[in-house]
Amino acid sequence: MYDVAVIGAGIAGMEAASRLAQMGYEVLVVEKDGRAGGHVAGWDRLFPFQRNAANLAAEMLKMMDRGKAVKVLVNTTVADVQRDGQHFRIWLSDGQGVTVSAVLITTGFKLFDAHRKEEYGYGIYDNVTTSADLERMFASGKPVTTKKGERPQRVAFIHCVGSRDEKVNNRHCSKVCCATAVKQACEIKQMYPDAEVYCFYMDLRMFDRHFETMYLDAQTQYGVIFVRGRLSEAAESIDGRIAIKAEDTLMGKMLKISVDMVILMAGMEAAEETDKLAGMLKIAVGKDGFLNPVDEYLQGNFTREKGVFVAGACTGPKTVSETLADARAAAVSIDEYIRDGSEEKSLREEIIEKIRNKRVEIRNRRMKNEEGKSIEF
Amino acid sequence: MNFGYRINQSSMIDLDRASKDIATQVLQYEPSFAACIGCGACTATCSAGRFTPFNLRRLQLMMMRGQTDKAHAEAGKCMLCGKCQLICPRGINTRNILLAIHRLTTP
Repeated sequence: MYDVAVIGAGIAGMEAASRLAQMGYEVLVVEKDGRAGGHVAGWDRLFPFQRNAANLAAEMLKMMDRGKAVKVLVNTTVADVQRDGQHFRIWLSDGQGVTVSAVLITTGFKLFDAHRKEEYGYGIYDNVTTSADLERMFASGKPVTTKKGERPQRVAFIHCVGSRDEKVNNRHCSKVCCATAVKQACEIKQMYPDAEVYCFYMDLRMFDRHFETMYLDAQTQYGVIFVRGRLSEAAESIDGRIAIKAEDTLMGKMLKISVDMVILMAGMEAAEETDKLAGMLKIAVGKDGFLNPVDEYLQGNFTREKGVFVAGACTGPKTVSETLADARAAAVSIDEYIRDGSEEKSLREEIIEKIRNKRVEIRNRRMKNEEGKSIEF
Repeated sequence: MNFGYRINQSSMIDLDRASKDIATQVLQYEPSFAACIGCGACTATCSAGRFTPFNLRRLQLMMMRGQTDKAHAEAGKCMLCGKCQLICPRGINTRNILLAIHRLTTP
């Protein structure tokens, strides 16, 4: 018997599940992939402080498991959900059915498929790759090379691929790519200090507290070269290098350059599961495919369906820290919702008492589990 | 005696004096004119710009800033191939805009 079903075991789902378990709830997490951790578990380092991404995901998984109140089902999707009075009846792809009091959607985002910007040559030219591919190369621990295995002398990062682009039906800014490009550009320079690294941007959106420092370091410590212009096209030359063209808008002149590697900063799109669940649960979806909470300001985790909550990148692009904060906020909203679950005072008190007892039970379990280790509340 | 001194016209953009009449008319005719973010993809892909100093991004800005003196000649450089319209990330109808600028600035 579970209190809350969390759909998606990325960092939002894991964080919310951890917090809910701390609060005294039994949580079921449903994950479509073969492992928890989402996109983050497959990345190398996280801006702004180069925290190891896979370690962070692993640590979160451990945290989630310590009260033994969270069950994660991998390779599982939601086949159907139906409201059953105050509860929700969920049918899973493995055939089992569960009943819960609240549903939290943390289906995250889907990476933009860079093939769709054909003019940039992803999947056509050998040395055109994406930010996600590069992150995997970094994570592998091997040196980053061209397809032929040579070390790149010149690398160009192309911002806004699949973001801020009406032609692929993505008006929104994906928010994290500017910081990611600057991070990866610096990492290339760390690996190859004498390589030339370029960033082609439309606007550099270094909005967060530490981002401007990253930008400044990229300029002054690493010598990354920033060109303000959107690429028109990429073309492969006979030697496998990529010729790219843009307007250097600050110069007001056309610019071309041949590089050994092109990195496309693929943006975020709403995940397919998000749309499917929105349909089943009758939740408002924006034109951009991301879910619309009831009130962006005061009820960012509430949907128009009572008992259905949202957190993380399924409501729009977010950084890792924003996603985690959003997940914690969702856990608080769900806790309040369940505790206020009945109109009747006596029933409400009963629910609260039950949760209190469970909280103690889960904490005891956790402490037993962590015996000998230091415990913090 | 002529020492070669002369008074140059100020090159400053004077928004107090600038007339945005033509820009307003272009906007009415083609509202997507307002959506430009100045990324320069149109210029980078421009067929005419390869051979002349034609720059659609700059022409848009010139109009918005009331600098319309050279607009007619500039718009005349366009070959209406439409590549800028294909590439524009804001989906701006560049062809309509060029035709409007050309028409509205005809002396």
